[in-house]
Amino acid sequence: MDERDIHGLIADVRTGRLSRRAFTRIMLGLGVTGPLAAQMLDAAGVAAQSKTDGFAPTRRGGGGQLKVLWWQAPTLLNPHFAVGTKDQDGSRVFYEPLAAFDPEGNLFPILALEIPTLENGGVARDGKSVVWKLKRGVSWHDGKPFTADDLVFNWEYAADPATAAITITTYRDIERVEKLDSHTVRLVFKNPTPFWFDAFCGARGMIVPKHLFQAFKGDKSREAPTNLKPVGTGPYRFVDFRPGDLVRGELNPGYHVQNRPFFDQFEMKGGGDAASAAQAVLQTGEYDFAWNLQVADDILKRREQGGKGHVEIATGGGIEHIQLNNTDPWKEVDGERSSIKTTHPFLTDSAVRSALNVLVDRGAIHEELYGRLGQATPNFLNGPPRFRSPNLKWEFGVDRANQILDGGGWRRGADGVRAKDGKRLKVVFQTSINPERQKAQTIVKQACARAGIEVELKSVVASAFFSSDVANPDTYTKFYSDIQMYNVGPGAPDPQTFMSNFTSAEICSKENKWARRNTTRWRNDEYDRLWKAAESEMDPVKRAALFIRMNDMLTQNVVVIPIVWRNSVAGVSNRLKGNDLSGWDSYLWRLAYWYRQS
Amino acid sequence: MARVVSGTVAGKLAVAAGQPRTSLWQETGRRFRRHRLAMVGSVILLALVLSVLFGPLVWRLPINDIDFRAKLKGPSWSHPLGTDDLGQDLLARMLYGGRISLAVGIAAMLIAISIGTAIGAISGFAGGAVDHMLMRITDMFLALPGLPLLLLIVYLFRDALRKMFGPEAGIFILIVAVIGGLRWMQVARLVRAQFLSLREKEFVESARSLGARPLRQVVRHILPNSMGPVIVAGTIDVAAAIIAESTLSFLGLGFPPDIPTWGRILFDAKDNLDFAPHWAMFPGTAIFLTVLSINYIGDGLRDAFDPRKVLGK
Repeated sequence: MDERDIHGLIADVRTGRLSRRAFTRIMLGLGVTGPLAAQMLDAAGVAAQSKTDGFAPTRRGGGGQLKVLWWQAPTLLNPHFAVGTKDQDGSRVFYEPLAAFDPEGNLFPILALEIPTLENGGVARDGKSVVWKLKRGVSWHDGKPFTADDLVFNWEYAADPATAAITITTYRDIERVEKLDSHTVRLVFKNPTPFWFDAFCGARGMIVPKHLFQAFKGDKSREAPTNLKPVGTGPYRFVDFRPGDLVRGELNPGYHVQNRPFFDQFEMKGGGDAASAAQAVLQTGEYDFAWNLQVADDILKRREQGGKGHVEIATGGGIEHIQLNNTDPWKEVDGERSSIKTTHPFLTDSAVRSALNVLVDRGAIHEELYGRLGQATPNFLNGPPRFRSPNLKWEFGVDRANQILDGGGWRRGADGVRAKDGKRLKVVFQTSINPERQKAQTIVKQACARAGIEVELKSVVASAFFSSDVANPDTYTKFYSDIQMYNVGPGAPDPQTFMSNFTSAEICSKENKWARRNTTRWRNDEYDRLWKAAESEMDPVKRAALFIRMNDMLTQNVVVIPIVWRNSVAGVSNRLKGNDLSGWDSYLWRLAYWYRQS
Repeated sequence: MARVVSGTVAGKLAVAAGQPRTSLWQETGRRFRRHRLAMVGSVILLALVLSVLFGPLVWRLPINDIDFRAKLKGPSWSHPLGTDDLGQDLLARMLYGGRISLAVGIAAMLIAISIGTAIGAISGFAGGAVDHMLMRITDMFLALPGLPLLLLIVYLFRDALRKMFGPEAGIFILIVAVIGGLRWMQVARLVRAQFLSLREKEFVESARSLGARPLRQVVRHILPNSMGPVIVAGTIDVAAAIIAESTLSFLGLGFPPDIPTWGRILFDAKDNLDFAPHWAMFPGTAIFLTVLSINYIGDGLRDAFDPRKVLGK
């Protein structure tokens, strides 16, 4: 690597394509020390993101109303049941974790007094325990004090299988949470845990009050009135919630950060779509902030010319991908389709899987639809960078697919669709309603048609597709179709939870109310073993190698077809400051610090 | 009182009953032809129908050929209506989608008219308890909120029908049945009102006194004379059904997303209105022209069938 390459990297940091952290890591690999790397960036005029952004309010409130658009609106406000980021974000207005993840993926204390490290003795050297000190003087919105008891309760609540919490994976491998004093807890893990900052941190770590939820632990968890009327510690107090439509809050006068928040009222409006949200923020300025602008880059650029707002991009690990169903979605067994007791008639055939893999034109989808909002990738796991596999390349080729299918014994019928042993290659392809997704569907369908695979497209309203409603047959966790496409990300800067999406223990079924992570229902003992090993591997290099191996297994077995590595994209009013988007946490991770420039 | 035999339905009925056509039928046609807007409407509608029927035979570009080099191009010789953002030819898509949109409109209208006429006729002719019961049922249907019910039915029966008839035919049957099944009430009320007044008229009385049985009275004498308003209501239903299908496509509950019905093309185009107006303009214009011309035809038919106009001459 010569000087020009390094300048190229610095330019990448400036445009946001590369994080400071990643840059520092590359420099470390070259033998450049961390502080020197930081100096290199400073010398090049790439300022470090400081936590104090120059705005020092002298009092709370006075900012009027903050209006944000979440075009997929939350359907419930309990972070432990949050399926998809919309519910997490809705909960995040009222609930907080001990620490959040900043844009570099570092921990930033919220309800914690300080971040535990090896140096300050918070993290045990064997990786089997961690001590968190809690901030004092924090109270719930109803005035009750926030203490170590709440943390102990959250662990018991979420780890109880009867509660059927989405966050169970985060909490079940904690052996115990000990209260050391009223504001200190120790988490003791069953195994050495390199990802000790999963529990109580970031989007999955929000803490709910013991005194309001203890009666609803276990089977009755879904009946808690506070699932819809949250009482948290966050900067805004609950006012009103209409599922799928509106979340309203007001300034929390007892918030634990001095002189924050800035706004008096908070309103999160749901509904509509990404394109109209982009327009409302970038062009007309009706709203201050819009979440997840999954719109063609061309459209965003044109909207930005309106001059009211701009697009902010944060690099994370989001991956738009296609999943192949390993079970039969058209056969009902014991009251559920896509039951683990069935196998898919042809998607389990490796020829079909490999053919589909080369029929997804990632290049076209990236260039024509996503632009600066993502990039084509062969990997399911793309970030943080040390976990990204260097081993794979993606390819697109209809001829290649035809060869593979011919080789696999799939012969074209009179209608041009291939068949074998009476099974026709016809798949139903579902995704949520979103112009970019429908276009991607069309691109895939076209290529498949040329290779003799018939594709029927199905699109479901996003709020239903990502719903946690157990009565809805169209949710992505039920996966009542052959293939489906959506975007997922690690959420936290550690792939442990993210990669549990393919472990056997996480398979979605009626039994667990489809509140699990493995939607493809793929089972592989070796993968399970690798994942387990990574869970307790304390050597960072070996651990990264395990994840790279897992990623390569997913791609080589075509469990999923990764398409585009997506950035988090938000529309931000030109006057709204302090949001400091992080690709590793909720868009609202710094909500308390948001303010409007006069 | 001149007896007026009206409309195609009545014409067919008359033929079915073995009765020769009267010259009044031609008289009606003559008056319709004099209605200028109705004639313009007929020409436009005919042109639309012919082009969606035969257009794809002439314009042979595939509806779903993706060509990114040609995306969002305005009208040109190679793409007379321009292209969408995947470079797909809009003319080909419009012609294909028009078949579905028009078929949905006409089929839904026929269902609405058949149900409405049957219920209205029974109710108006029978009177008494039957009338009362049928009208309460009609009221009940009128009170149902249309769109939510539509969504519910689509949601409940989509998968079953899809399995039986395939994704396109299944959803076609469902949409047509649902839209038709929710729009017969006005027709039923119109027909009933016509029946109530017509059955007391002298010509019906004389038929009755000559020994005509109820069925003959209805089919031969009352029904043909009550068809005028029904046909007008029917034309409006065609337009409403096309728009209802667009609404469903808009909500993602209509045809699969890659079937370019006019409503779907509009939906896809809406984010690009400001820089690719042609994309939304053509399907929008097509829906607009269809609805408008059908309404004018309805207007013309009403005037042509109006017995008072005959008396006035």
